[in-house]
Amino acid sequence: MIPSQAPAASRLTRPAGPLVIDIAGVTKLYEMGEETIHALRGVSVQIHRNEYLAIMGPSGSGKSTLMNMLGCLDTPTAGRYEFNGKNVASMIDDELADIRNREIGFVFQTFNLLPRSTALANVELPLIYAGYSPAERRARAIRALENVGLGSRLHHKPNELSGGQRQRVAIARALVNSPSIILADEPTGNLDSKTGVEIMALFEQLYEQGNTLIVVTHEEDIARHARRIVRLRDGLIESDGSVY
Amino acid sequence: MTRLLYELTESFRIAFAQIRANKLRSVLTALGVIIGIVAVTLMGTAIRGIDTGFTKSLAMLGDDVLYVQKWPWGGVEDWWNYANRPPIRPEDADKLNRIIEQTPNSLLEVAVPVSTRGNSVKAGENKVSGVFTIGTTADYGRLISADFSEGRLFNDSEAAGGRPICVLGFDVAEALFQNRSSIDQTVMIGGHPFTVIGVVARQGSFLGLFSFDNQAILPLEAFRKYFSVRRGAEIRVKITDKTRVADAREELTGAMRRVRAQLPGERDNFNINEQGAFKAQLDPIKQGIALAGLFITGLSLFVGAIGIMNITFVSVKERTKEIGTRKALGARRRTILLQFLIEAVSICLIGGFVGLGLTYGLVLAVGAAFPAIPVEFSVSLVFISMAVSILTGIISGFAPAWGASRLDPVVALRYE
Repeated sequence: MIPSQAPAASRLTRPAGPLVIDIAGVTKLYEMGEETIHALRGVSVQIHRNEYLAIMGPSGSGKSTLMNMLGCLDTPTAGRYEFNGKNVASMIDDELADIRNREIGFVFQTFNLLPRSTALANVELPLIYAGYSPAERRARAIRALENVGLGSRLHHKPNELSGGQRQRVAIARALVNSPSIILADEPTGNLDSKTGVEIMALFEQLYEQGNTLIVVTHEEDIARHARRIVRLRDGLIESDGSVY
Repeated sequence: MTRLLYELTESFRIAFAQIRANKLRSVLTALGVIIGIVAVTLMGTAIRGIDTGFTKSLAMLGDDVLYVQKWPWGGVEDWWNYANRPPIRPEDADKLNRIIEQTPNSLLEVAVPVSTRGNSVKAGENKVSGVFTIGTTADYGRLISADFSEGRLFNDSEAAGGRPICVLGFDVAEALFQNRSSIDQTVMIGGHPFTVIGVVARQGSFLGLFSFDNQAILPLEAFRKYFSVRRGAEIRVKITDKTRVADAREELTGAMRRVRAQLPGERDNFNINEQGAFKAQLDPIKQGIALAGLFITGLSLFVGAIGIMNITFVSVKERTKEIGTRKALGARRRTILLQFLIEAVSICLIGGFVGLGLTYGLVLAVGAAFPAIPVEFSVSLVFISMAVSILTGIISGFAPAWGASRLDPVVALRYE
């Protein structure tokens, strides 16, 4: 199957920058009553700045667990995880929160916008936690929204926006703190295919602007937009290679 | 530090957005707090009112007057020891005054005999029953602080002559003569005619029980002529220095023992009462009322606090996913804790303000409708109730807010 949007060989691949994420031999166990579930059985991945990476795998493959780990929402049971040279595995809650705030931009399948806040207020949120002044928050949030093509929708609330526009707000929110990586979990999962294509085009643009993208998906079409695909199965990496 | 400030402003913004978004729920929850605050603050005003009433009433007794009486104020357990005491006689006052004159630097100024009984007072068709009738000397004027709304007190010669004249309390004069002047009118006191020579200005009542305005003051000789004094009298002694009440009391005890010719070692067969001792009797009662009242009204505030806790738990549950999102975006535990605490405190504060407003209105209304009921609104009450509201919010919001702050972001994000 050749995806219609599969870009030709002409597409840009930026040279990889310095190492951002260094995961080695990471395992994750969950205690579910009597049972112990091995969500990750020893995963090693290195991700550099300027990469565009897709993480694929069927449900139960450990894909979500790895994503939570990469997003510093969770810590490994064993193994090494360094983010920009800092040891994440031993961090406490609030330190993880600061890493997420400064280094990681999240894009969720369900957008996860605050329903009663305007697009602008939603995008300003991470800047509040980062301690920016109101004026600076506003300026940065407006710039981020303009960057995703929503300069004219600053004061709309999520229920006044289309699905695609909501996801753009979420992407602007992910970008606003200039994070080291943008972590997108099924970013097109709740969108129709046409809107999905638009969002992936936006991702392409962000990549070309120099952002580092990690997209978690189970759709081959989406994954093929990335320059590198990591495939998981049963808590192990099945394959890790470039896309041509 | 600035980050905390930004988080706080954001938390207040969210809290008020949340309250606006859930108007009915917020109003109902706040209602619990409103009722609690109204109850507690009303109790507060009542306690203050009672306190002021006590103080005012005690002041009527005079803080520079000692009362020589057969019985002590307040209850006694061994009443038989008191019942057999000889009655206090008006003549004892004369003897006391002689002793006072002979004592250099006496702490006692003057002793005034006071005989009392209840009488009805009539003028034409109008009649007032149960008037507190006092027979005393002209020195009585040195004891009382009240002014005369008209006329004057009788003088020494009038008193000694036993002329049938009287001074009326304000309420008695008003009931008998309405707006007309009472001076030179004749009233029938206990069936005997007396000419009114003065009216004492309004004084109010003692602890709301006994009105100082429902009285008639007669010269002792006239009182004696018409009414029996066998039941005994009391002697009121004005002291010169109210900072030395204890010393004055001691001097008076010695003088009284001389009057009574009591032997050394014999127990006093009279009692010296003063407002300080009365205060000592009243204070525990006052505190008891205050404590019980605050406890009972505090219960209603407690119920309000439970309502706040409940609604905060619901709010946390409903917004679990939002908490997950906020944590993913970099909210620390403190941020989440503050957000929900501020939400709980905001509802409590709104409830507190409304409750305080209601209390203020109620106090004004009660004060206007029933001037006799002592209620008093004060600035300190405003601050105390605000502090109580905030405290209620913090206490009731803490458990749910704490729970929210400890949520695992992975679990919270997955929550639907």
